[in-house]
Amino acid sequence: MAKITFITSDNETIVAEADSGSVMELAVANSVSGIDGDCGGVCSCATCHVHVDPDHVSKTGEASEIEADMLELADNYNERSRLCCQIEVSDKLDGVVLHVAN
Amino acid sequence: MSEMNKSEFPDPFEKAREERGFGEVNDQNDPVKMLLRLKDVRKTAHNWKTFQSGAEPGRIVVPSEVNIRDTRQIPFEVDPPEHKGYRDLVEPWFKRPLEAEYQEKLTEIISGVIDEALEQEEVEVVEDFSLKLQSRALTLLLNIPYEESEVWIGWGKHVFRSEDTDLDADKANILYDYLDKQIDKAMENPGEDLYSVLLNSEVDGRKLTKEEVKGVMILTFAGGRDTVINAVTNSIAYFAEHPKSLQRLAAEPEIIGKAVEELVRYFAPLTHMGRVVTEDTQVCEHAVKADSRVSLCWASANRDAKVFENPNEVVIDRKVNPHVSFGFGTHNCLGATHARQILAILCKVLAEKVGSMEITSADENIEDWDEFKRKVGFDSINVKFNKK
Ligand code: HEM
Ligand code: HEM
Ligand code: FES
Repeated sequence: MAKITFITSDNETIVAEADSGSVMELAVANSVSGIDGDCGGVCSCATCHVHVDPDHVSKTGEASEIEADMLELADNYNERSRLCCQIEVSDKLDGVVLHVAN
Repeated sequence: MSEMNKSEFPDPFEKAREERGFGEVNDQNDPVKMLLRLKDVRKTAHNWKTFQSGAEPGRIVVPSEVNIRDTRQIPFEVDPPEHKGYRDLVEPWFKRPLEAEYQEKLTEIISGVIDEALEQEEVEVVEDFSLKLQSRALTLLLNIPYEESEVWIGWGKHVFRSEDTDLDADKANILYDYLDKQIDKAMENPGEDLYSVLLNSEVDGRKLTKEEVKGVMILTFAGGRDTVINAVTNSIAYFAEHPKSLQRLAAEPEIIGKAVEELVRYFAPLTHMGRVVTEDTQVCEHAVKADSRVSLCWASANRDAKVFENPNEVVIDRKVNPHVSFGFGTHNCLGATHARQILAILCKVLAEKVGSMEITSADENIEDWDEFKRKVGFDSINVKFNKK
């Protein structure tokens, strides 16, 4: 089981738990505002954009090249950006803090 | 047995995309440079300052509609920052397809169309399946009585085109006159439909004008008609020739979301959309002049082998699928939530009710973009639907 913390752009904190699926699916199931997941998680819409807390990049890993190309043109892009539909939930993620970008 | 190829949609852009990155179409002496690579399409869509949508109304559409209309389509032909005001206004309304009640009603509509098809010996899918489905579903999106769909179905497949010409001002006027009447009706008798909601809403502290309301409404008809009809028709053709995929969706409904994205990627119901260049600049290392036109070729970008493995195959559960069938950036498709729900429910109900489908004859709709001839759908396609 991984405990994941989302902090929305208006500073609401939502803590959610899961053991499978993508982080985007978890966020949508918990109505995290700013995560819409329009494309259902295939890396095509960028409505699941988060910033990973700098200390936690080791938990999430880095974006793939395809994901990075999407992110580069997204609003509020920075070097900590990820599309959270591309992050699979696993024990490794436990304790991660994600800031919703939009 | 007929060969399995009616549901194949070849990629006419491959050579030009790999060799040059662009193609050229002449259109009423206002040529268009088509951008063919995914990266260039995205970058150009992103850069709305240099590649604008808010040009003379009709000019970003190919073939250009400057000679047949003056009404500016909203938010489609408006650039930031004004774009945002309009878009924010309509966005929540166009997200209603995410509500459970909307999805239930849409399921009823789609089940109804499929039941009708199962009853018949054979169905011409474009007119008697997709046009009906699209029109009935649009009553939900606009929140108006179901019966109104009869009027739109009566217009036939080609609201805008007559037999001999692609651009027909008289035909476009059918839609404009219809919308004028509906707006007047909603002004006299406000209800809970999209017309009334728009008439009642404000941008920048002032009410929308009648002309602006018309500019928004026209898009729900123009942008959401052929695109949805082609997406639905082509999906039927695909499942007719790939019964295993349909069986798989019945067994694993959780992949339907991915299947929808993949079908939309592969079919790219809208081939391309233009932009007007505002300053001398370069695209894919090629000079383009101020006041010329480029287009973002979604259909080509979706087959870019730099990004998509096996781009010319439908991989029904494709996991990473950064397609641009719904556009990219500022003007990404406002109707995408509705279109995605239509296709997802179509997949679900087909998988539940239909055992097999058989194409008996088909007439392809081939778009002519000078050096590129692209199959975008069918003028007509006859299919037998068999119960499960
Ligand atoms: C499978 C079906 C559809 C496809 C493939 C599709 C495709 C597209 C594409 C590629 C764009 C971007 C145009 C650009 O960048 O200039 C777009 C924009 C748009 N579409 Fe769709 N569309 C579909 C269905 C619909 C539906 C059902 C509606 C409404 C009823 C709709 C309304 C719009 C509007 C209003 C815009 C402009 C948005 C803006 O400028 O902010 N579309 N569509
Ligand atoms: C007032 C607005 C518009 C007018 C008058 C118009 C006019 C036309 C005409 C003349 C055709 C070809 C005839 C036909 O197949 O019926 C057509 C087809 C089409 N239009 Fe538009 N258009 C408008 C806006 C749009 C917009 C905004 C979009 C997309 C965002 C769009 C997408 C399409 C597509 C996908 C086709 C189908 C191509 C085919 O299957 O042959 N249209 N439109
Ligand atoms: S949900 Fe669409 S890109 Fe992540």
